[in-house]
Amino acid sequence: MTTGTMLIDGVPVSFEYGQTIMEAAMAAKIFIPHLCHHPEFTPQGSCKLCTVKASGRYVSACTMSAKDGMEVENNTPDLNDKRRTLLQMLFVEGNHFCPSCEKSGNCMLQALAYELEMLSPRFEQFFPNRPVDASHPDFLLDFNRCILCELCVRASRDVDGKNVFALAGRGIHKHLIVNARSGQLADTDFSLQDRAAHVCPVGVILEKRKGFAVPIGQRQYDETPIGQQMDELAARSAKAEE
Amino acid sequence: MSFELETARADAGNLRRVAIDPVSRVEGHGKVTLLIDDNDEIQQVRLHIVEFRGFEKFIQGRPYWEVPVMVQRLCGICPVSHHLAASKAFDHVVGAPVLTPTAAVVRRLMHYGQMLQSHALHFFHLSSPDLLFGFASDVGRRNIVGVAAAYPEIAKQGVLLRKYGQEVIRHTAGKRIHGTGAIPGGVNRSLTVDERDELLAGIDQMIAWSREAVVMVKRLHATDPVLYDDFGTFRSNLLSIVRDDGALDFYDGVLRARDADGGILLDGVEAKDYHQWIGEEVKPWSYMKFPFLKHLGTEAGWYKVGPLARVQNCDFIPSPLAEAERREFIDYGKGQLIHAPLAYHWARMIEMLYAAETIKTLLQTDDLLGGDLVREGAHQPEGVGIIEAPRGTLIHHYAVGDDDLVTMCNLIVSTTHNNQPMNEAVRRVARQYLNGRKLTEGLLNHIEVAIRAFDPCLSCATHALGKMPLQVVLQDRAGSELDRLEKTGAGEISGRRE
Ligand code: SF4
Ligand code: FES
Repeated sequence: MTTGTMLIDGVPVSFEYGQTIMEAAMAAKIFIPHLCHHPEFTPQGSCKLCTVKASGRYVSACTMSAKDGMEVENNTPDLNDKRRTLLQMLFVEGNHFCPSCEKSGNCMLQALAYELEMLSPRFEQFFPNRPVDASHPDFLLDFNRCILCELCVRASRDVDGKNVFALAGRGIHKHLIVNARSGQLADTDFSLQDRAAHVCPVGVILEKRKGFAVPIGQRQYDETPIGQQMDELAARSAKAEE
Repeated sequence: MSFELETARADAGNLRRVAIDPVSRVEGHGKVTLLIDDNDEIQQVRLHIVEFRGFEKFIQGRPYWEVPVMVQRLCGICPVSHHLAASKAFDHVVGAPVLTPTAAVVRRLMHYGQMLQSHALHFFHLSSPDLLFGFASDVGRRNIVGVAAAYPEIAKQGVLLRKYGQEVIRHTAGKRIHGTGAIPGGVNRSLTVDERDELLAGIDQMIAWSREAVVMVKRLHATDPVLYDDFGTFRSNLLSIVRDDGALDFYDGVLRARDADGGILLDGVEAKDYHQWIGEEVKPWSYMKFPFLKHLGTEAGWYKVGPLARVQNCDFIPSPLAEAERREFIDYGKGQLIHAPLAYHWARMIEMLYAAETIKTLLQTDDLLGGDLVREGAHQPEGVGIIEAPRGTLIHHYAVGDDDLVTMCNLIVSTTHNNQPMNEAVRRVARQYLNGRKLTEGLLNHIEVAIRAFDPCLSCATHALGKMPLQVVLQDRAGSELDRLEKTGAGEISGRRE
């Protein structure tokens, strides 16, 4: 196994050839903010939250391979400012109303907004009107919160072998759909056991009737900021998240 | 139906009826319009409250388990009341009308903590400045800071009573505001031994201060009985829930109504049957509806809710100190029901004492520490939750589809129940204090004091906490504006006088 060494914010980080900057950083317990990346699935590099500067160029850490001698800037005011802007755009594009969202405290988008100190709104709210899909007996889909990370798409296709989800439309019209003639989750073979049922980083794919059974304050990101949960983030591939 | 001074008489000469159009509607304001004739006699007085009803639409199509958390946005002062009224409605939906002993006592404690903090806020922070300094006194001084300077001990007690109530809420709901403690079918937490002990350590002091607060209000009444008995006074029916045995209860019970002389109009009505008895009249000049008892009709069926109704509607208060105060209060009426708006404060402080005593009892219940939190049974398509919120009866009614989404939501909040009573109080006050064709700050203040007896800030309507932006407009018989006075939420008064 060949290894190399790069610098992330001046800290030497060794990696195995073939690893991405994200994978090497995770192994070294260095936090690079991310949303569409998940250790279990092939990277797709769509959210751009993991943008770092490698040898002077902006690149996605989740898709760019680590190279020997590479100098990576990660936790810098410039990059965090850009990431904050991306988050602010995500927040206005959907309806992310944390105070009454049952995913609050378990939501990566919210956790990253705290982590990156997104303190104020910046852009005009889109206020999209996307009806929920409550057809399935055990699951609710609240499309208002979808950030188009495609984790559910990848999980259903690559792990569950079911292809329940897909993205349709282009550009600003891109949206998540359910692969059924009716478009309804009830008309798929989606089930509680699916990997895709437990992978959504925000509050779209929700097990019904759970809601606020776990109090706010006792949830994953309530006590410890996401940036300090490297073990938990890396372990996501090992166990299905609940 | 139209009441005296609600609409000018047809023979009152050449008066132009002025309806509020959506343009003149002031979001988040209470607005009073006065119409006078050529002899400067008042012909019409209307309090317009812009109620935010968009919520009922908004909640349709949302999953039911989200609603108890979401509804807390409805009120800046009593979010817990909405949280619990919605949870109670959804207890029925999830087939758990009877909660586990732990859930029942945690919820009740949460609610009584809420009553304590809200009553303390309403009285000490928002109303005591008017009562201690006089209604037309210096605006700059008429706030809790002014009270702290002149009566430091009273202000301190008010602040700490409120804080204690907030601590009760924090330990039961998880957070001081917008907690998530109650969930359909139960609660998501109970108390730890430490949390209980912390609250127990402070409760005797709260009871003692609540007693002093009752004594203080009684003294105020004794100093100026004419003012306290007559200010804005009108007679009406009363409505509240009472416990099955007729006891005062804020959390659960059956609907009871009395007429202005104390005769029973209805009793023992279960929450789920509320709509058979209570109707809501729409009037073209107001955005807020006017509830009434259906069997009496709109003219005779309106009623007031809140402390003054509750304390006189129940047969007894199930805690000794508050019950002794209730008896003294009833005696003050000399066999008659007390209808004076300013007596709301007296009743409110008796209720605060009852809340404090009840909190102590609940804290001594072992179930508070239990671990059996939620129940679920066969789901039902509908649920009604009724609770006595600080300002009065609060009704939440929902229907839920097979897919768990809310299909119908109807709320009747305390401010709406008191719509007609507040209009009546304002009419009385306007007749007493309007002088000539100029609006004075004194009049504005008196109107505000009358409304505040019922509702500290029209908060259900305006979603503001502790602020009551108010606008008074004086019109002549042709409907043209003679004068206008406005008070912002920050207390600044501005006019538009020629
Ligand atoms: S539903 Fe969730 S997992 Fe799927 S694309 Fe949207 S945000 Fe990603
Ligand atoms: S995490 Fe790299 S682009 Fe989304």
